[in-house]
Amino acid sequence: MSGTRQYTDFFNDVRDTLYTRSCDVMNAQRTGALDRFRSLGFPTRRTERYKYTDAGLDFEPDYGIALTPLTQELPKYCYRICNAPVDVTPYYNSIADKQDAVVCLNTMLSVDTLLVYIPRNTRPEHPIQISNILKGDNDTMVNRRLLIILEEGAEADIIITDHAVNDSRFLTNQVIEAFAGENSHLNIYEIEETHLLCTRYSNVYIRESRNASVRHTSLSLFNGHTRNTCTVQLAGEGSEVNLNGCVIADKMQHVDNNTRIEHLVPHCTSDELYKYVLDDSAVGAFAGIVYVREGAQKTSSAMKNANLCATDSARMYTQPMLEIYADDVKCSHGSTVGQLGEDALFYMMQRGIGINEARLLLKSAFITEVIETIPLEPLRDRLHFQVDKRLRGELSKCEGCKLCK
Amino acid sequence: MEDIARDIVNKDYEYGFTTDVETDVIDKGLSEDVVRLISKKKGEPEWLLEFRLQAYRYWAEQKQPEWGHLNMPVIDYQDISYYADPTKKSKSEDSKEIDPELMKTFDKLGIPLEERMALAGTAVDAVMDSVSVKTTFRDKLKEMGIIFMSISEAVREHPDLVREYLGSVVPYRDNYFAALNSAVFSDGSFVYIPKGVRCPMELSTYFRINARGTGQFERTLIVCDDDGYVSYLEGCTAPMRDENQLHAAIVEIVVKENAEVKYSTVQNWYPGDKNGKGGVLNLVTKRGHLRGANSRLSWTQVETGSAITWKYPSCVLSGDNSQAEFYSVAVTNNFQQADTGTKMIHIGRNTKSTIISKGISAGRSQNSYRGLVKVAPTAQGARNYSSCDSLLLGSKCGAHTFPYMDVKNSSAIVEHEATTSKISEEQLFYCQQRGINTEDAVSLIVNGYAKDVINKLPMEFAVEAQKLLGVSLEGSIG
Amino acid sequence: MLKIRNLHASINGKEILKGVNLTIQDGEIHAVMGTNGAGKSTLSNVIVGNPMYEVTQGEVTFNGQNLLNMKPDERANLGIFMSFQQPVEIPGVSMTNFMRAAVNARYKAQGREQLSAGEFLKLMREKRKIVELDTKLTSRSVNEGFSGGEKKRNEIFQMAMLEPEFCILDETDSGLDVDALRIVAEGFNKLRKPDTSAMVITHYVRLLDYLKPDVVSVMIDGRIVKSGDASLAEKIEKTGFDWIKEEVGL
Repeated sequence: MSGTRQYTDFFNDVRDTLYTRSCDVMNAQRTGALDRFRSLGFPTRRTERYKYTDAGLDFEPDYGIALTPLTQELPKYCYRICNAPVDVTPYYNSIADKQDAVVCLNTMLSVDTLLVYIPRNTRPEHPIQISNILKGDNDTMVNRRLLIILEEGAEADIIITDHAVNDSRFLTNQVIEAFAGENSHLNIYEIEETHLLCTRYSNVYIRESRNASVRHTSLSLFNGHTRNTCTVQLAGEGSEVNLNGCVIADKMQHVDNNTRIEHLVPHCTSDELYKYVLDDSAVGAFAGIVYVREGAQKTSSAMKNANLCATDSARMYTQPMLEIYADDVKCSHGSTVGQLGEDALFYMMQRGIGINEARLLLKSAFITEVIETIPLEPLRDRLHFQVDKRLRGELSKCEGCKLCK
Repeated sequence: MEDIARDIVNKDYEYGFTTDVETDVIDKGLSEDVVRLISKKKGEPEWLLEFRLQAYRYWAEQKQPEWGHLNMPVIDYQDISYYADPTKKSKSEDSKEIDPELMKTFDKLGIPLEERMALAGTAVDAVMDSVSVKTTFRDKLKEMGIIFMSISEAVREHPDLVREYLGSVVPYRDNYFAALNSAVFSDGSFVYIPKGVRCPMELSTYFRINARGTGQFERTLIVCDDDGYVSYLEGCTAPMRDENQLHAAIVEIVVKENAEVKYSTVQNWYPGDKNGKGGVLNLVTKRGHLRGANSRLSWTQVETGSAITWKYPSCVLSGDNSQAEFYSVAVTNNFQQADTGTKMIHIGRNTKSTIISKGISAGRSQNSYRGLVKVAPTAQGARNYSSCDSLLLGSKCGAHTFPYMDVKNSSAIVEHEATTSKISEEQLFYCQQRGINTEDAVSLIVNGYAKDVINKLPMEFAVEAQKLLGVSLEGSIG
Repeated sequence: MLKIRNLHASINGKEILKGVNLTIQDGEIHAVMGTNGAGKSTLSNVIVGNPMYEVTQGEVTFNGQNLLNMKPDERANLGIFMSFQQPVEIPGVSMTNFMRAAVNARYKAQGREQLSAGEFLKLMREKRKIVELDTKLTSRSVNEGFSGGEKKRNEIFQMAMLEPEFCILDETDSGLDVDALRIVAEGFNKLRKPDTSAMVITHYVRLLDYLKPDVVSVMIDGRIVKSGDASLAEKIEKTGFDWIKEEVGL
């Protein structure tokens, strides 16, 4: 419990600031979150969903906690939650896991929420890009919150990138709630390119209505210590979800992806693909569960997790799970841990390609399967380029960002 | 489908009868005194009593864990009798005559004792309630230096061997039920295969819970020395009882260099009635230690019975080039719950493991596969392949898959795949069009589905297992 | 033998059969031809009781017995056999065990004594020869790893084993080359007893050249619209179905 103390104390210290800088819809949730946070404490590795990441340890250091609301000018369809064009009370903090202490902490301490709101049958001309730039001379913790609402028939591509500018320690605690209305199409891309001293906790919750289609792609290209969860509720018949992710990690990097797809009604489809390339002493973890509620007949679900470990000191934990309470279903999952194919390596070397280059080509090809699932062509091209750079060890700072130059 | 369901009369538990044998049962309850009493009744040496007492003290400090995907009833450990001896206090000390009633029980179960076993080439150690009734065929085995006897006898006749290996694979601190078993185990089988000896026949134990309100805590210890080979069969039944009967067994297997052990189980303990009343709680710790290089161990299990099954026959692959296999069919119907699977711990170099699991759920049952494949940094070149499929019959049951893979070696290859689907209506219809009724069609398709596992069983067991699959699922399609 | 009166049936709520009337006499070979989607396969599946299809109206009797309230296996055990258009694969179940179960059920229904294992295997051997089915195939799982042609031959082999009184050949000719077609058709002719009837569903006349139908019926849009003798099939082969559609005003 002691780990929670510094945060509850902090909350009490800055309570007034929080309440004045924020607004009712968020403030209404704070004390409930505080109570639960206090009684739950940080999850330990005995908590099934936190088996591979020690949250208590990650939240232990003393960070300065950022309490600045959004001040910049926001593009079309983006709002500060306090200026929301619709009533967001039914949405805010409604699907985020209230029993997860890390989420509760975010609810307690977030000052602002970025709302992406796409009205009925609207399709923005351009993808919406949200760049999170971590900057500061002191060790800083950021509680970030995003609310995405797509009304019936709306469509959106949202690209979220994480960057860090200075070499300080950063701890990001992000919560995203996304609601995909009937017949809506939502694509979320999250790209992390930070540095070794960054810790990232991201909890994403998605709820889909009838015939909605959501794609969530998570790319951990460079990081320190990362823990992502993605929880999807398929709550309307005919809805479908694609969860894809890739991880490239080396040195002492740690990436833990935890996903949960809930088939709550019949005739829904889910498809999941996560791939990891681990080098040096990197630790990768993937735990994915597909839950099929009683009565959710005609469910179709496929999950695949494939991993490459390049060294003996790299660790991979994988745990693909199925929990099924309906009978008319087709569910499958597969998981592999292995190395680059010796045959393919030899073949390439016989054609005169050096071993390192051959390895690189194969690793790149391995990750390509995930990148290729991205429908947005310019993003796909850019990611191919970045993956290649990353594998060559040339990507240590975020590419193409004005601030870093 | 609805009509079919109505027409089908559920088949009752075929082995539900009790045998009228005088049984020496000690009073219910568990304490140090009870542990001492059990040890005394069995005339055990001091070291064994000490082993039991340590286990008991450890157990008494622990709480029953909440494990797996199970809804476990509260077990009142003080309401169980920890010792029941179905052999009559005999007329003569030297030869314990087998009670004719008991023989009838075995006949009903269809366990062929004595000559029938000789023909089938199987040696049987029958454990009814807690005491080994008779070990057949012992002399012939003795000539080859093979020891096959009840563990109580082994304690008397081969104390050094038992002392060396007992608890060496499953220490009493392993888990709550392992501690309980270590404290109160009443009997079980002991097998020792000497160096270079291939056991020429299948060794077999038949367990049966008979007395009311007794738990069965048998303990099996198999040691297969260098270059040895043995195939061991275990069958289990229990009569119908309303209250849950506890069965907390331990099986320990030690496999040395170049040796091979095959362990097969067909478990059809009483599963409870159609409303989920009664049934055996089957909480078993089974583990094999592949100590020597090139050693091999395979677990094959067909689990159709018990109200609750909790077991993970595991393999610790320490010896280089050792190979382990786990083949499992678990069938649950009505209100049964099964949480079963395996652990493969790769430590030695070039170790290989294979896991094939087939879950079949029907009625309102819950059937989970839970498994762990762990590759230690030392396990260069380790390989694992796992395939875990689930078949669903009916919309009220559940099928779950919880595999864990922890890989800490870059040269390891670990593969896991799983599918869950409904029994195919197309296949059912095809069979029916050929005149095969729904019951038989289900049995046929399920047996086909489970074939990879059934094929691993010795012949006589395979036939029994096939029948059991059909019987266990009767009335499940609807 | 088989009488169908005003039969209506649907699948997933869509009506496919819209009032079929058809009678097949003892010993009669009755060809049913028609355009794609006319409902020919639906008709065969409804006769054998495939639960995918819902009968909404009408009656089907077999030797005077009402078939519609019987389960598929009960119908099969009256001696109704369907050669499936696309036989399903059943992994792990050997052809031998499968046939054994089916033959036992059939014999039981007929009140005949069950065959011993030896007799059964002998029967398998004999019947296999008729359709020139490889030994290897009967030792495999049901239809698993069979080519299209092998599956069809396997269907006829099963027919041989079960000695039905009434056979439905549902596009047994589709996917067969000329030789395979000959083997299947000749097999069928050899197996057939004088009073065995058959309903043959086909798009092509080439199968009918071998089977020599007594009656040819034409099915269009869920109804039998025209019947005639073998010459009708030849006429359709030459001129298609349009003239029939015009004739009946469709």
